[in-house]
Amino acid sequence: MMKIAVCIKQVPAYSDGMMDPKTGVMLRDGLESILNVYDLPAIETALKIKEEVGADVHIFTMGPSKASAVIREAYSMGADRGYLISDKSFSGADVLATSYALTQGMKLVEDYDLILCGKQTTDGDTAQVSGAIAKWLKIPHVNWVTKIVGIEKDSITVSQMMEEEIVTLKIPYPCLLSVEPSIFIPRLPSLKLKIGSKKKKIEVLSLVDMEDKEEGNYGLAGSPTKVERIFPVHRTEQQKIIEKDSREAAKYILEVIENINK
Amino acid sequence: MADIIIDMEKCILCGKCIINCPFSAIEKFDDYIVLGENCKACGQCREVCPVEAIGMEENKKETLDKNEWRDILVYIEYHHNRVHPISYQLIGKAYELGVSIGYDVYGIVVGKNTELSKEQLKNYPLKKVFLYETEEYFKSDLYEEILSSCIGSIKPSVVLIGGTLEGRSLAPRAAIEFKTGLTADCTELILGENTDLVQIRPAFGGNIMAQIVTPDTRPQLATVRYNVMKPIEPSLDHEVEFILDDEIGHKASSKLTILDTIPTPKIKGIQEQETLVVAGKGVKRKEDLAMLEELANLLGGELASTRGLVEKGWMTSDRQIGLSGQSVRPKLLITCGVSGSVQFMAGIGGAENIIAINSDIDARIFSIAHYPILGDLYEIIPELIGMIEEKGKAI
Ligand SMILES: Cc1cc2nc3c(=O)[nH]c(=O)nc-3n(C[C@H](O)[C@H](O)[C@H](O)COP(=O)(O)OP(=O)(O)OC[C@H]3O[C@@H](n4cnc5c(N)ncnc54)[C@H](O)[C@@H]3O)c2cc1C
Ligand SMILES: Cc1cc2nc3c(=O)[nH]c(=O)nc-3n(C[C@H](O)[C@H](O)[C@H](O)COP(=O)(O)OP(=O)(O)OC[C@H]3O[C@@H](n4cnc5c(N)ncnc54)[C@H](O)[C@@H]3O)c2cc1C
Repeated sequence: MMKIAVCIKQVPAYSDGMMDPKTGVMLRDGLESILNVYDLPAIETALKIKEEVGADVHIFTMGPSKASAVIREAYSMGADRGYLISDKSFSGADVLATSYALTQGMKLVEDYDLILCGKQTTDGDTAQVSGAIAKWLKIPHVNWVTKIVGIEKDSITVSQMMEEEIVTLKIPYPCLLSVEPSIFIPRLPSLKLKIGSKKKKIEVLSLVDMEDKEEGNYGLAGSPTKVERIFPVHRTEQQKIIEKDSREAAKYILEVIENINK
Repeated sequence: MADIIIDMEKCILCGKCIINCPFSAIEKFDDYIVLGENCKACGQCREVCPVEAIGMEENKKETLDKNEWRDILVYIEYHHNRVHPISYQLIGKAYELGVSIGYDVYGIVVGKNTELSKEQLKNYPLKKVFLYETEEYFKSDLYEEILSSCIGSIKPSVVLIGGTLEGRSLAPRAAIEFKTGLTADCTELILGENTDLVQIRPAFGGNIMAQIVTPDTRPQLATVRYNVMKPIEPSLDHEVEFILDDEIGHKASSKLTILDTIPTPKIKGIQEQETLVVAGKGVKRKEDLAMLEELANLLGGELASTRGLVEKGWMTSDRQIGLSGQSVRPKLLITCGVSGSVQFMAGIGGAENIIAINSDIDARIFSIAHYPILGDLYEIIPELIGMIEEKGKAI
């Protein structure tokens, strides 16, 4: 049977109004943690493949202990097993250290035929973890997957959206795909599975379980990038607001346009 | 790398660091302040601590000889015999960075008929351009193997890659090959005296900017968002040396097999327009977009929109400007009924002239518009269209 790993991440539930526009201070009150929305289509893709050809669907997430909530969510959609990669020394990880810990964790469980990722997250928002995981595992990867065209015994065929064309590619297992939100509409959690998910086990993988136990290769210490500073978005100086009746305003705009296009 | 250290002897438990931590990483347990898993050592807490109880400890890595890595390599994206416009933006930035510190700029072109790129690149400020002949279509493993081989031989301090679909698929593989840092989707880059690249990028849905460095490893990889950097103009003062490599690209291999390619209809996208009219949710009905479309046509431009109208299904997502849409750098951008959310504004930083029409004096778009106009778009736009038509010619 096919073995599929899906990588998902817990992220803060941000919205537009989270920063005080005057002071630039983030308004954090009542900010919950949610499953990265881009990961839902990745879970759905795994479940569709499972329904089609049969597969074992395993969920991996790296994060603090409360991140187990996103595994429960995946359980209530139909995932089979879930692994939380969590350790004090894994915190503060950048793309390199995140992808490394994830691959170390996956290696402990299975040799997966297919690894699925979301397009990107809504917090770090780099869209780079997927390609990085693939490279650590020395397997091919395809980003921006919009369609599963065919599932064969030893390969999968997909459509990839590139800038100038839709490319249809055949990729042998093991491989990694990161999927676009348009690939499938994620199913809603089933009530029955939701109830069952409460009792379902979540295995925690920490540093002591890993093959590589060198603390310096994980988390902040294992991250080559360093966030030096965080600051609010720069605003340019405000220009004087033009208040005229609409005819005058239109005339003014026309003058501006003519000046620009001179 | 650094770790945040809190000196509990000095700490007065005021809680300022907890409130100001952008990562919610700090918590108070009884009489202790505890740093959680989310700590990124950004140092924000140090700045707000009134009693200087917070310090940073550098944990020294084995030192790297930074002098061994010098100069800047630009990944020049090349499709169907055409250099992607982002490449000129990267070259412009690389040149500017290079001048500041005495680095040369190199280019790499990977693909088919790479020799045809010579005519397009010959007058740009590049010392050498390496042309690697290989398969025409991008394959992440194949192209990365070639790029990494080039990086290995010239040892650049900085590698700039476009934040395009191709670039963002390619860059992480190369970063892992060299076990180095990669900063995504940068909007500003500065090269310090110590050769560290200061990389600035939006994060958290565009609500904040993060300043990121890669202090202990080389090369420093960055992808750059399309249309935020200014392209450089060619000049006859520059003469590029081209080096064709027919071997590496054919020896490199891929596990991917391309079965089919269907070109997506190529209309000149909003990213390449000189003039854009942008519709926001101030537009009340779908039919009313016709009026804005007409204005765009009269001005020789295109209609684009905010995410608000894409969500309503009135506009297609390829016309959405912003953080989760396209970045644009037109000469003229006219927004109509657009509030100016941070996510929208993340896409218009490169616009030269912004005229904003909004009926709310507190609209945030007014804070960045060069010509903020308070008024009702339903009154102003028809007047404007009438006046342009009266002039009897498209401007
Ligand atoms: C403001 C800010 C800016 C940052 N900028 C950078 C930067 O430029 N470079 C850098 O290296 N790091 C950066 N980081 C760190 C980055 O957020 C982390 O590396 C993060 O762990 C992974 O990146 P991402 O969230 O961008 O994931 P993405 O690469 O956007 O995620 C793609 C997919 O990978 C999978 N995935 C990602 N994270 C996990 C996880 N923890 N568990 C399971 N699956 C996962 C999911 O399937 C997800 O859909 C930044 C962090 C912050 C707060
Ligand atoms: C992670 C994330 C990513 C996002 N990415 C994007 C993105 O890429 N692009 C994007 O646009 N949004 C994005 N958004 C959504 C963004 O937060 C805003 O919701 C959106 O930009 C608002 O669009 P709007 O300005 O059209 O609508 P609104 O905010 O509703 O503004 C409508 C404006 O029209 C004005 N108005 C009303 N009637 C008239 C009239 N008759 N004449 C003149 N003015 C009038 C009002 O005063 C108001 O200012 C994102 C959000 C998140 C959380």
